[in-house]
Amino acid sequence: MTDATMRSVTAPPSAPPGRRSPVGSVLIHAALIAASIAMVYPLLWMISASVRPEDEIFASTSLWPSSVDFASYVRGWFGLDVSFGRFTWNSLVVSVLTVIGNVVACSLAAYAFARLRFAGRNFWFAIMLGTMMIPYHVTLIPQYVLFLNLGWVNTFLPLVVPKFLASDAFFIFLMVQFFRGIPRELDEAAMMDGCGPWRIYWKIMLPLSLPVLATAAIFSFIWTWDDFFGPLIYLNDMNTYTIQLGLRTFVDSSSTSDWGGLFAMSTLSLVPVFFFFLFFQRLLIEGIATTA
Amino acid sequence: MATVQDSAVAIGGGAQARPAAQGRWASLWAKHGAGYMFLLPWLIGFFGLTLGPAIASFYLSFTSFDLIRSPEWVGTANYVRIATADPKFAAAMQVTFLYVVLSVPFKLTFALLVALLLDRGVKGLTFYRALFYLPSLLGGSVAIAVLWRQLFAGDGLINSLLAQFGIEGPSWISHPNYSIWTLVVLSVWQFGSPMIIFLAGLRQIPTDMYEAASLDGASKFRQFYKITLPLLTPVIFFNAVVQTIDAFKAFTPAFIISGGTGGPINSTLFYTLYLYQEAFGNFRMGYASALAWILVLIIGLFTAFSFLTSRYWVHYDD
Repeated sequence: MTDATMRSVTAPPSAPPGRRSPVGSVLIHAALIAASIAMVYPLLWMISASVRPEDEIFASTSLWPSSVDFASYVRGWFGLDVSFGRFTWNSLVVSVLTVIGNVVACSLAAYAFARLRFAGRNFWFAIMLGTMMIPYHVTLIPQYVLFLNLGWVNTFLPLVVPKFLASDAFFIFLMVQFFRGIPRELDEAAMMDGCGPWRIYWKIMLPLSLPVLATAAIFSFIWTWDDFFGPLIYLNDMNTYTIQLGLRTFVDSSSTSDWGGLFAMSTLSLVPVFFFFLFFQRLLIEGIATTA
Repeated sequence: MATVQDSAVAIGGGAQARPAAQGRWASLWAKHGAGYMFLLPWLIGFFGLTLGPAIASFYLSFTSFDLIRSPEWVGTANYVRIATADPKFAAAMQVTFLYVVLSVPFKLTFALLVALLLDRGVKGLTFYRALFYLPSLLGGSVAIAVLWRQLFAGDGLINSLLAQFGIEGPSWISHPNYSIWTLVVLSVWQFGSPMIIFLAGLRQIPTDMYEAASLDGASKFRQFYKITLPLLTPVIFFNAVVQTIDAFKAFTPAFIISGGTGGPINSTLFYTLYLYQEAFGNFRMGYASALAWILVLIIGLFTAFSFLTSRYWVHYDD
């Protein structure tokens, strides 16, 4: 913000770094537009292929279908023994539970790290940061053995329960950063009024942290929705499949026969992510920018 | 300290000391209890799902374990076999390093170039930024991998486009020389998130530096080389480390594009894909654990190396 104003106010008339000649700015826009088209063309082509009549899909590289036909969606939806309605519902259940787990458990831990005084706080904080560096492959096999022995394979529990134990340290870190920015006077005043840590957490920290909680919630949702590895390992019964596993099964079962149905279901699987992108891109972009 | 006193009181004091000890515990609890209560879910997760499993996995890496019979100690046999007698491991290492070395520099260069274009007060910044960020959000999904598989198939969209120029392209995904490139292109396509971090970094560079430089007659190129690049090195460093670690861990696209095989001829056999095959295809859990620890070692060595060399090229303000 301040930079932008500084630029316009103090820029010397000769060669201001913020301004370009008309030719230069046309060139920049041409480059950016070319890049944009190259980037979204495959996506648009897939969406357009999903509403084309089956025989037209590979006949054309254009984005505009000659006629719109939703037959692929119907074929794709019922293309496997279990319908995509079930897969979508499963994905939704796993994603929503993950969001709840992450927001609750990570905010509890973040509040402890950001505000409470206790012996060993810095030690645990360093450990928490360290866990972000460890590739999950190291804990993968023993965790699998653990969940297998608990009888949790083919349920959503292995995907969801770890989130209620704040296993996504990245979100704890994000929330600690945000909580530290909330003025301490607010907690101190509340403490004077006899509020304990629980009330301060619940009545002050959480309501004031809605932006970071929303960022964590949206990223949790998108990452879980897109997750393939976790469901691949823990869900073997088709009734428990998430939409990503459903798509993978569809690829394997119909590799060259039903591209229309495959593109229709692929497009469908991207809709929730696209929805969040459309309405919350500001939060997402700021979330990414603050990680550095 | 406090516990020593407590036990001393407890031993010597008998019934009379009990309230004192209780008071001591109560005051300890009042001082530190709340913190640990809030931390409890994370602590359970850390011991139960991270530290415990990590130790178990280290132990398993010295065993032969198929999930059915209990693990059988084999000493360093797994590691010895990985190092000397496993051609698939060698192939996976080669593919993974090739992927890292190709995808990270291309992706970061592209991200930086676009960020530089966008930084110069371009109209429609938020629109472009959002559009370029979209693939980063979608890229990890199966749907995009499926799309990629079609794009670069023999009769896919890319070859249809090339055909309009009279070029007959190969089947990119089923040719061992080209298949890795389809994955590199997929990675570069997702340049949006490092680009956003570059943009945030560019904002931090004070404008008066450029003004002083242009008053001194420094060309745009010189300004970039002498001001932008050095001041951006911390961000470049951060992006490079994050993207490299992510590239080492890539899994989904290779799995979908190769149908889980890592083919053709192991040309897309990412390290994580090989680890998955060993663990959940062949149920060699001990061997896969050893593979996991080697991955940790590689990522750890890489990170340590980056931080050690960073003092020679990363510019930090004092």
